[in-house]
Amino acid sequence: MSDPPSTVVAMEDRWTPEHVLSLAPDAPSRKAAGKLSAPAPWSAEGSVSAAARTAVWGECKGSGSTPYRTVVDLSGPAFQCSCPSRKFPCKHALALLLRWSQGAAEQVGDPSEVPDWAEGWLAARQLKSERQQQEREAQPEPDDNARAAAERRLSRRAARVAAGASELEARLADRIRSGLADAPGQGYAGWGDVAARMVDAQAPGLASRARELGAVPGSGSGWPARLLEEYGLLHLLATGYRQVDLLPAPLAATVRSRVGFTVDAAELLRGPLLRDRWLVLGSRDSADDRLITRRIWLRGSSSGRDALLLAFGRPGTAPDLALPTGLLLDAELAFHPGVRPLRAALGTRYAAPETPEPTGAAPEGLDLTAALDAYGRALGDDPWLESWPVVLRRVIPAPTAIGWELADPATEQSLPVDRRSVPDSGLWRLLAASGGRPLTLFGECGHRGFTPVTAWYQDGGTVRPLTVAQFGGRP
Amino acid sequence: MTTAIDGTDWPELVTTALLGTDRRPLPGAADTDPATDPATALLDRAALHTVGRRAGLLPGRAAPATPPAPEDPRPALPESASQRLAMLLPAPGSSSGAGSLANVNELLPQYLAAANTHGYRAPAPLVPPLLDAARARSELRGDAVELAGPLGRWLAERNPDWRYVLRTPVRGDGGGQDEEQRLWQEGLFAERVTYLTRYRRRDPAGARELLVGSWSTERAEDRLLFLDALQENLSAADEPFLESALSDRSKNVRLTAAELLSTLPGSALAGRMAERARAAVALTTAGGGARLTVHPPTACDAAMQRDGIPATSPTGRSARAFWLGEIVAATPLGTWCEGFGTPAEVLALPVSEEWAQDLHDAWARAAVRQNDTAWARALLAGIGPGAGTAAKLLAVLPPDERARWTADFLSGSQGLGDVFQLLVACPAPWPPTLAEAVLRALTRVAAGGGYPWSHSGVLGVAERALPPETADRLDALAADADSAWAEMFTRLAATLRLRATMLSELNP
Repeated sequence: MSDPPSTVVAMEDRWTPEHVLSLAPDAPSRKAAGKLSAPAPWSAEGSVSAAARTAVWGECKGSGSTPYRTVVDLSGPAFQCSCPSRKFPCKHALALLLRWSQGAAEQVGDPSEVPDWAEGWLAARQLKSERQQQEREAQPEPDDNARAAAERRLSRRAARVAAGASELEARLADRIRSGLADAPGQGYAGWGDVAARMVDAQAPGLASRARELGAVPGSGSGWPARLLEEYGLLHLLATGYRQVDLLPAPLAATVRSRVGFTVDAAELLRGPLLRDRWLVLGSRDSADDRLITRRIWLRGSSSGRDALLLAFGRPGTAPDLALPTGLLLDAELAFHPGVRPLRAALGTRYAAPETPEPTGAAPEGLDLTAALDAYGRALGDDPWLESWPVVLRRVIPAPTAIGWELADPATEQSLPVDRRSVPDSGLWRLLAASGGRPLTLFGECGHRGFTPVTAWYQDGGTVRPLTVAQFGGRP
Repeated sequence: MTTAIDGTDWPELVTTALLGTDRRPLPGAADTDPATDPATALLDRAALHTVGRRAGLLPGRAAPATPPAPEDPRPALPESASQRLAMLLPAPGSSSGAGSLANVNELLPQYLAAANTHGYRAPAPLVPPLLDAARARSELRGDAVELAGPLGRWLAERNPDWRYVLRTPVRGDGGGQDEEQRLWQEGLFAERVTYLTRYRRRDPAGARELLVGSWSTERAEDRLLFLDALQENLSAADEPFLESALSDRSKNVRLTAAELLSTLPGSALAGRMAERARAAVALTTAGGGARLTVHPPTACDAAMQRDGIPATSPTGRSARAFWLGEIVAATPLGTWCEGFGTPAEVLALPVSEEWAQDLHDAWARAAVRQNDTAWARALLAGIGPGAGTAAKLLAVLPPDERARWTADFLSGSQGLGDVFQLLVACPAPWPPTLAEAVLRALTRVAAGGGYPWSHSGVLGVAERALPPETADRLDALAADADSAWAEMFTRLAATLRLRATMLSELNP
């Protein structure tokens, strides 16, 4: 894994402004970056595209006397700026990339021409990443004592979670015995208490599902059926955990992860790993008052595997992972164990994200029946899946009297749009990009409909990616 | 766990769950092991059913397809200009696109106008935020709708928030004869006025004929504004119609018709006014030098009233002074030059003290109404009056002369209070002399301890009209000014630079 990278970025491959802007942590950052991308404040700009270094740098005059120094390591991409912003990437880094995408920051011939202040950070970063890699590989197997202690901890927690799961099972059955009809009157309170007990039982996955039960009776007509569905699935999870030791290992891993056991990313990255050229299908941020969650979906161009990366940030600080939609990333992933692996940890990245060939082409997609089928098959493995990432081919978005739908003009079939994570403004932009003509659409296909994430639409002769709703998602 | 998942089973399960298994037996309970708790059995079956239903979902029937948006043949915006537009448009949900760096609200109208001059189309995903922006700011609508093009209209047919797009006429885009007919016959009043104004610009006679056709059925307040729309491209051909409107039922319509006729120097009304004016103002040479002797009419007869002169003075002035003003303002200015001399010579003639001000004010009104450059220039040369009159006279002069006059005026004045309207009347971007005069004036008020926000009007025009080359000067001014002014100068400089960048991006 410490072999020299097999692909050498010899040809200069500049991203499009859309790619750059897809990295923005929020809408104000996009705006600020746009404003800052004028030539006036910038000086000492440059870029390098060689095997050992792919980077852009520049100095941006701010309100102070010394300019901010901004460096972007394109192989991450990773960002460094001397400004005090806690946004990530900051507006200076985005503005610099915007300028670079439009031809500024002339390429230097040799990595030795990178200015010292930029090279210092780039070299330190490389060193750190190599050291981490070595540590991962060289980490000794834990000794027997340590392993025994870890196992004791784990079994104590397992016992506590099992007790919680049993209690939850009993609560669900009690409610079914006395009837759900008075659920609307009980509101959130009852399930809030149960959720708190599940937190005490170290089962955060059960806790959040229990908390959501409290909201269903207030969700409009048809709530009894929806509530019973959620009761059934939560019951299935609780009973599944009671028998977790009897389940096949992958299914057991899925149940544990749904219940709330986490897996250490560093541990995962010890292997096995899957190296591929991953197409960044899209990303979406969602926020509650404690946490910003960023989802980034990838698809392996050789393996065809779908992957989901998660990154987190505190409110006001964007998550520290940003990948440009529509580009290819040569990297290793480690999948979280499970019967239907999707979530992954990002390991070594071998090169800066590249533009796919033919330039910017839309990814391959499925028709509507195949898309629902893909979700259905995934559900056969993991019954708690809300949705599955799917690329739809040739669909036309349309507002109708009962909501938005995605229509396949060839079959005259349609899927409803699940609007819970997509603001109206995003759907109107999607409609405008389509203009009533078919486009390629990546998103999550689930039992509540399709949640659009990224569209590829025709603009003149070229295909462009459009982020339907990067911000404003639901947690 | 072999219960069939069929359509009838699920509603039964839901009903049972609603009532509770204590009250209602589980349907098909005979199939299950009697030792099993019915509630647990129900939950098992609910889970199975749920997964089965979700896994078996099929696409629905699509709503009937609608035609796609017509192709827009115009070229796409250059990439950087497209990014610029995204930046200038307010983000969804944010209260304003303005930041402290530069005043973005001022730049958007200029951007849209310039983009349309080049004949670009807006990038499709930016059309919705563009239409939202113009919905909130109606002054943007004409340009926004034009830049949005056929896609904008297609979207507006699908989103009631953007209905205004369908009512906004666009330059150079007829929309078809039928569409125009429909707009005139069925449109809202504002749409009809807009339509008539644009039609008049294109085909003065056609627009008049259109108005004559429906004149008798229009409401009085509508007739007034339609008549106003004829002001543009007014010619002798309009005289018969306007002459007939002098007998209109509505007084305001009569007055407007009279005012329009008075701007036609060859009109019968203008002739009648000139006659009245000559009777009231005479050149006398008695007792040394030449002077103007004024004898305003002592009554407002029926003929005068028909020609648009109100019988009673609506102002505080005496009736005679008011009638004099109305007559002189409606008299062709050429009347005075015959025998009296050049405008400057006429203006220099002594006038009886009592009527001098009324006479000069009326000449100024006449110069504006009749768009008479020579008289406006002569009047401005001797001006000391309120800037309101000056700004109106200034608008009569050629653009470069306006700028020169305003620059001179600024150099001679202390504050900035009076110049706002003058600056608005000057062409943008300002030529160097005017820009220099404005910068000097700003420096003076900044040094004088005034607050920048008490000059927001002037600063607003400056954002639109100062040439970008002055940005460096503003930075230098910021370095010497106190904090409020320094911030203001810095922001102004940033706006100017951004405007220059913006315009150059549109013109690659």
